[in-house]
Amino acid sequence: MALSAEEVAYLARLARIELTEAELAVLAPQLDVILESVARVSEVAAEDIPPTSHALPLTNVFREDELWPSLPREQILAGAPAAEQMRFRVPRILGEEA
Amino acid sequence: MSLQHASAAEIIRLTAVDLAGKIKSRELNAVEVTKAHLDRIAEIDGEIHAFLYVDGERALASAAAIDAKISAGEEVGPLAGVPLALKDILTYTGAPTTCGSKILESWLPPYDATVTRRLLDHDLVILGKTNLDEFAMGSSTENSAYGPTRNPWDIERIPGGSGGGSAAAVAAYQAPLAIGTDTGGSIRQPAAVTGTVGVKPTYGGSSRYGLVALASSLDQPGPCARTVLDAALLHEVIAGHDPCDSTSIDRPVPDVVAAARSADISGMKIGVVTELGGEGYAPGVEQRFHEAVELLASLGAEIIEVSCPHFVYALPAYYLILPAECSSNLAKFDAMRYGLRVGDDGVASAEQVMAMTREAGFGAEVKRRIIIGTYALSSGYYEAYYGQAQKVRTLISRDFDKAFSQVDVLVSPSTPITAFKIGEKVDDPLAMYMNDLCTIPSNLAGNASASFPAGLAPEDGLPVGLQVMAPPLADDRLYRVGAALEAALESAWGGPLLDSLPERGALR
Repeated sequence: MALSAEEVAYLARLARIELTEAELAVLAPQLDVILESVARVSEVAAEDIPPTSHALPLTNVFREDELWPSLPREQILAGAPAAEQMRFRVPRILGEEA
Repeated sequence: MSLQHASAAEIIRLTAVDLAGKIKSRELNAVEVTKAHLDRIAEIDGEIHAFLYVDGERALASAAAIDAKISAGEEVGPLAGVPLALKDILTYTGAPTTCGSKILESWLPPYDATVTRRLLDHDLVILGKTNLDEFAMGSSTENSAYGPTRNPWDIERIPGGSGGGSAAAVAAYQAPLAIGTDTGGSIRQPAAVTGTVGVKPTYGGSSRYGLVALASSLDQPGPCARTVLDAALLHEVIAGHDPCDSTSIDRPVPDVVAAARSADISGMKIGVVTELGGEGYAPGVEQRFHEAVELLASLGAEIIEVSCPHFVYALPAYYLILPAECSSNLAKFDAMRYGLRVGDDGVASAEQVMAMTREAGFGAEVKRRIIIGTYALSSGYYEAYYGQAQKVRTLISRDFDKAFSQVDVLVSPSTPITAFKIGEKVDDPLAMYMNDLCTIPSNLAGNASASFPAGLAPEDGLPVGLQVMAPPLADDRLYRVGAALEAALESAWGGPLLDSLPERGALR
């Protein structure tokens, strides 16, 4: 077994997903099977092979520094879960003791 | 004047190229064409569920504007007035973009995707947004938070995924054209199982600006249609360089329309990938595939067996690279700037609200992939998983390079099996992943690929697709092969494959 329920709970916390116990019970064995299967990549002898992060050769792209109108603030805030004083309103970001 | 020429039932069966011709010659008008398709959607989409949002009023208004342009003698695009269904992962202002996810339910995007912009600039009529697996993660549309789409060939079966809505809409005559996006087969696999045409352009061939990213190094928008020429015309409209997407290729778009019209494959070298067949492939899939290859040979192509030994590792490499990229891309759904927010009670912290929101807003498959990606990128596992997968990706590209030094295109079945029953694989992620076995290598290498109808599997009467893969920027070769196959098969069958589709609604 590559992945325990505790490890899945830890990874979910890192990924900011609050899984329920019931979900953990279903997900952990599924993820274990998936990981075991994808681990097959290690069968390939590829020590001296360069990694590919992008399929086609890319070069940096430059453009003229031109002024473009940005999207209207009202329009952006209209899609926000909460807005106040023409800004995104967010929950508490510091700990109580801070 | 036009109703005496063509009934609504006749209109919806016309190809995009015929519709555009008749609209331009004013034999039909864009409004009645749009109305015929909207009526068709209203009539049968309760059953098919290809659409998440139907934009009827705006579609009719834009159709009227196009009719006015044509009446005034203004220049219009080659597909002017033709209706189209847009996958609900590309933004279109004024319509919700949900990505099939609860986390974006009712979200109205503040800008148009470049693909959307090009469709509108070329006078196409957008009918609405189509269903998909949540954030394009899946092969059946069963991962949509809004319920699955059904396959018009058998409504108990899946229409493929993630672009099942787009493929089903085209197959069910709800729209002659649709836009899909292909990360690991999401255009080609739905095309194969619905008996339609789907093309994944060369990576960078069409813009990703305004496409909600799943895996940025793999995602690519492309055309869905009922005929090869229709797909080529749509390809030409959406493709080309876009300064808003820095991975977009600043080179001329290959002449895909001329290739589709020529359909000449004499002397072409076609490689059959030996690794993509055999165990795990349905007998009817193999039979129709081999028949199609023989047909291509009879049309003057030279058939060569080609081995791509690392393709067998494409699936595991993909299911490390994709989760790694998606876990990063989906981090933006943090409940702060757009979409769902739950648990904001004035006490909970931003971090807690984010975790509660993602728990409530993401479905099981999205959670699975984010967690796998988080694992693959974590220190201590990075080299063994993500690093190694990236090396395998190099080897797959090298297999392609070697193959394309011998042949002009490669072919394989598009999928190992035909459409399966809804519910059959939902609890078995690995079995679901196997659907993309043949399509994934092309995404990893970033080359061009497509699926074309090859017939019905004798054992179940369901569509089989032939996949064609071509080197980067040789997208035209896909259309050359597809058009040759289409012409030969239709002359053998006495008409298009979709003529044998079970009829529903007023066509019944």
